[in-house]
Amino acid sequence: MATISNVDVRVFRGDAGGGEMVTYRVPVREGMVVLDAVLWIQANAAPDLAVRWNCKAAKCGSCSAEIDGFPRLMCKSPVSDYGTELTVRPMRAFPVIRDLVTDVSWNYEVNKRIPAFTPSEADMNDAEAWRMQQEDVDRIIEFRKCIECFLCQDVCHVLRNHDRKDAFYGPRFMIRIASLEMHPKDSLDRRALVKGEAGAGMCNITKCCTEVCPEHIKITDNGIIPLKERMDDLYFDPILWAARKVRGR
Amino acid sequence: MADTSYETVDTDVLVIGAGGAGMRGAIAAASAGARVLVLCKSLLGKAHTVMAEGGMAAALANVASLDSWEAHFADTMKGGKLINNWRMAQIHAQEAPERVLELERWGAVFDRTRDGRIHQRPFGAHTYPRLAHIGDRTGIELIRSLQDKLVHTDRIEVHMEVTVARLLTWEGRAAGALAYRRADGKLVVYTARAILLATGGAGRIYRVTSNSWECTGDGPTLAYEIGAELQDCEMVQFHPTGMVWPPGVRGILVTEGVRGEGGLLRNKDGERFMERYDHERMELSSRDVVARAINAEVVAGRGTPHGGAYLDITHKSPDYIRRKLPSMHEQFLKLAKVDITREPMEVAPTVHYFMGGVRVQPETGATNVPGLFAAGEVAGGLHGANRLGGNSLSDLLVFGKRAGDAAAECATDKPSPRVEHAQVERGIDRLLSPLSRPHGESPYKLQGELQDVCATYAPIIRDEPGLRQGLEKVLELTERAEQCGTGGPSGRKFNPGWHTAEDLRSMLINAEALFRCALERKESRGAHARSDYPRLDPRLAQVNMVVVRSEGGMSVRAVENDAIPYDLTEIISQSFTRYTPEEMS
Repeated sequence: MATISNVDVRVFRGDAGGGEMVTYRVPVREGMVVLDAVLWIQANAAPDLAVRWNCKAAKCGSCSAEIDGFPRLMCKSPVSDYGTELTVRPMRAFPVIRDLVTDVSWNYEVNKRIPAFTPSEADMNDAEAWRMQQEDVDRIIEFRKCIECFLCQDVCHVLRNHDRKDAFYGPRFMIRIASLEMHPKDSLDRRALVKGEAGAGMCNITKCCTEVCPEHIKITDNGIIPLKERMDDLYFDPILWAARKVRGR
Repeated sequence: MADTSYETVDTDVLVIGAGGAGMRGAIAAASAGARVLVLCKSLLGKAHTVMAEGGMAAALANVASLDSWEAHFADTMKGGKLINNWRMAQIHAQEAPERVLELERWGAVFDRTRDGRIHQRPFGAHTYPRLAHIGDRTGIELIRSLQDKLVHTDRIEVHMEVTVARLLTWEGRAAGALAYRRADGKLVVYTARAILLATGGAGRIYRVTSNSWECTGDGPTLAYEIGAELQDCEMVQFHPTGMVWPPGVRGILVTEGVRGEGGLLRNKDGERFMERYDHERMELSSRDVVARAINAEVVAGRGTPHGGAYLDITHKSPDYIRRKLPSMHEQFLKLAKVDITREPMEVAPTVHYFMGGVRVQPETGATNVPGLFAAGEVAGGLHGANRLGGNSLSDLLVFGKRAGDAAAECATDKPSPRVEHAQVERGIDRLLSPLSRPHGESPYKLQGELQDVCATYAPIIRDEPGLRQGLEKVLELTERAEQCGTGGPSGRKFNPGWHTAEDLRSMLINAEALFRCALERKESRGAHARSDYPRLDPRLAQVNMVVVRSEGGMSVRAVENDAIPYDLTEIISQSFTRYTPEEMS
């Protein structure tokens, strides 16, 4: 296989007021990922190129961007997957601060609105109550793999195309709620939140979020759908509805 | 004319850094009644703690019923080659189990034993299986659990993507900080009654490192500049197993958990070479020993094609590997196109952790500057000359809490500190100066040169001429850095060139301290190995190298630690942990 010696990287340069795509020619090293290319540009051609990154090992979820239009972690995307040219743009679902950096603060606001993990008073005072089987924790381990890259939020059409941040918390926080709801020791019931402000009903299960998740969390199948089912049990089950009618509550 | 205006924000306790120690400290301080403001250099939840993989060490005795705080204490002291602050090691071993259980009560999820308790895995130089873990993602679990607790704790506010440029003092106390916001480049002056430093290490002064861009040693620099003492700056941990190939991923961490789960190290001839370096503990010897062993194999021509060793876990079932080491599996598959269930990994040492740091009181994390506290990697003492895997996460929790408690207490009933305008103005002048030098040298270039200097002159095995040369070069770079620009544009809105110039200053002070301490310690101990002094010097067994700012610049003096009390000495001498053959010679 012939090795490519250079790659033309087209990067968005600009801010909320607008910008342009600028092309930089980057020498390719073996094993180079897109983040390496962007950092090379920063060190050698555009010192003020704004980009977020931290661990460079797909564990912190900072370097989210859209590479050739697909939401990805830059640190996990080998340049060799793209041939001789590629484009890098900031995530589209969030306002641009500068270049590849977007304002993701909305996500942090949402997180604050989800009631925290709350064990029962009795369990708090009983060490033995904290014995759990591996099977019990395995189910939520998947959700807790989330590195908060917000790529699922970026690709979700409710947030991306319809900008309904007022109506839907987004896939990330469905997963967050699922990890709390399914925690063997949590004692709260967040189904009213799931139906109400979190807006699980907005999700129509296109599974785009699952497709972009770098941690391969089955966001829709294992997180959102079970939450919808729990919500349905409480609010939309016809038998329970009838029973409540009869009992008067 | 540069815009030198700034906002002011007042709080009781200012926490700088939002990794494990900063968050645990903030929760403690707020629970004690203080108003707390947390500054993070990145977004919340992205701190370098997320990179921790293997687990947190605590003598819960869930897997090995014989485990005890005494055994953990002895392992830590022997691993640190006895220059640890023994009181910190004692507190750490005694309180780690409580902190881990508390974290579970806050929602953290751990792998379980068959009888439903927190599972513990074996790790290098720990006598018993001791590391509470969840697969190989323990760091992110800790961060997420603390983050959830933090954002739901009253009285805590978080300012994200804010970098502190200097600390401010008032009447001899730490009283505030001058900082800039990355997003808009605006300046902020924080005033506080107590300050907790939790900024982590300085791994970025090396090129091949497991550390993220943030780890530029800001804490030691900020503290040093207002007169705090640093210690043990020569003690830089090379983690034995970083990725080697391809070049783009060189240095990325390969968790010690691979060896904890049974991974074997081999050289290119297929020999399990650890036999020759530590035949009792083999792959699970302490990190300094394993790192030097891999280094020695490569130097002797027995390394892998890309200059490392093979780390092989293929004798375990693919299923087991994917369950216990999921992120390693993914990392190698994606970044190196290696399936670790079928092929060995290629690994070599990578700079991982700074045992040294700000010198603190063992009980409270208080520094010698009133009102200034430090916890986590930024503080020195607990790990001595070599940190054991898993002791970092428990360190963050134990001393994060203690320092947070102490900072809150210190802040109680203190008057509102004032800001000395002269200090603030000097700080702003210096902070903004790279922006006014469009033709100044590129900070990226200087940073690269510094990384090469550290790698070349302070590698795993050091010697006097090399260290001298290294120090000279660092001082030259310091002079050039004082005149550096941003590499180009001078906008303040999210301008990484400017940020790099600011980080560079911190890195240089850390590097200078490293070289100066390394020159002073004329022996080989733990992570500090010298070819011209290849043996332990028993006279230095209780000595820390302490760095202070003096008239003529930075100076280092050897300071005798308090003698270890008799009962603790007994615990150490009677423990099962053995010294390596190398140390006993």
